[in-house]
Amino acid sequence: MGLLTLFSKPAPTLLRLPSGSFTVDREGKVLIGTLPSSFPVGLVKDIAEQVLGCFREAEAAQLPLSLLTINYPTLKITAREMRGGAIVFLSSQAPYSPASQN
Amino acid sequence: MLFWTQPSLVFELESGSGQSYPLITIAMATRHKILLLDDDPDLLDMYREILAQLPSRPEVFTASTGTRAMAMLESEPFRLLISDLKMPKMDGLQVLSIVRRKYPQLRTVVLTSVVDETFRSRVYALGVDLFWQKPTCEQEITMFLECLESLLGREAENGFRGVQSKSLVDIIQLECISQSSSALRITNGPLSGKIWILDGELIDAEAGELRGERAFHKILSWRAGNFETLPAEPSRPRTIFKSYNGLLLETAQALDEARSPELTGEPGAAPASPSPLAQLSQVEGVEFVLAMKPGDQEHHEARGLENPQRMAAWSKQTLDRFRSLGERLHAGPLDQIEALGPQRHVALCSRRPAGGGIAENGSGQGDTDFCVGWKNSMNLEQIRENMKKVLSLWAS
Repeated sequence: MGLLTLFSKPAPTLLRLPSGSFTVDREGKVLIGTLPSSFPVGLVKDIAEQVLGCFREAEAAQLPLSLLTINYPTLKITAREMRGGAIVFLSSQAPYSPASQN
Repeated sequence: MLFWTQPSLVFELESGSGQSYPLITIAMATRHKILLLDDDPDLLDMYREILAQLPSRPEVFTASTGTRAMAMLESEPFRLLISDLKMPKMDGLQVLSIVRRKYPQLRTVVLTSVVDETFRSRVYALGVDLFWQKPTCEQEITMFLECLESLLGREAENGFRGVQSKSLVDIIQLECISQSSSALRITNGPLSGKIWILDGELIDAEAGELRGERAFHKILSWRAGNFETLPAEPSRPRTIFKSYNGLLLETAQALDEARSPELTGEPGAAPASPSPLAQLSQVEGVEFVLAMKPGDQEHHEARGLENPQRMAAWSKQTLDRFRSLGERLHAGPLDQIEALGPQRHVALCSRRPAGGGIAENGSGQGDTDFCVGWKNSMNLEQIRENMKKVLSLWAS
């Protein structure tokens, strides 16, 4: 049985959207976070990069921002600007669950 | 049991369970193509045989990887894609998020063994038509086939999802004739409304700030959308006292009258309406409104902005940035962005008119991107609430 397990293909998994938060400095380095380790680091960096980029471009467009909320049907990203860096909250949501109908 | 006649194909199909599908007539030209995607070749073979039992006799193609499926979709038009979720390299969510964007007219079904409410929600958020757990008994297979047949026959034009090829008028008539008691919730993009029916009589309607007959007329002016039937609310106060037939007739007349000037093109028939942006900027708390065509850097309209160019550039960049991020995360299409600042707040979103397709960049053909500036005295909740009003005004 153990031998069969050794040669069996790993089962594919689906990316689960996380709930949690992380902080990122002005250089885009993720400092601390509460996101599950199953969530890819690359995507965390991607989110951080997009959020910081948005804050910077807003400033350049003379529209300084302190809070950014990005709403997707299944995920809400909230980012608060912190001296060039940001604290980012991710909240996965189920749009068709009975709770969200109210 | 299969009976064939020519030139049109008339047949009666009897499933293994002994249940007969109704006699139907189809022409060769209308045979739909179905693409089945699963990484398990045995399952592909099995489902190919099962799908061959469908009364409409679709052509069934198979793909064992997401990449192969994408190539096949590129090469010829399909009516329906049935995809598994858990697959190596490119999973079902990845395939579906691309497919929904590139082929908005393609019907999509997820057939999976994943039983998880989160994934079911995400799949529906991507705009997939049906999420179905892999059938385990003959009865489930029959139900699945019935759903597929219904999806294959459903037209992509006007109509309300939930009952195929039926207008809202048909749905209301059905409810009233059958003496039903129910509440219908109807959504059309950002607009939503509700109609209450008690013992086959219309008793109330609500659409935004409108109530009663006015709300009913408003809801019926929407040509497409989604509806769901909710439990009846017998204690709902009655505001509509006319018969449903009378009201439906009035609505039909009003819609005809509204359409006739633009159809006939009679000079002077349509009064000059104020600029749409001027109306939007009347909503409480709005400082400026900027409307842009996606993919068109130059074309935008603004009201209340001294230098709209710079704001338009930032808005487009931000919307594109987070649309792409949403695709990478498979979180569904970007809904709305709210940004608060010490000077002013802004909300960004994109709205597509009913029936609009989706372009390569993830935005719809005929979409309008919006950036609405709000007074900094407003809080997030107020902005969200008033943004709905702005979008409703735009949609109407």
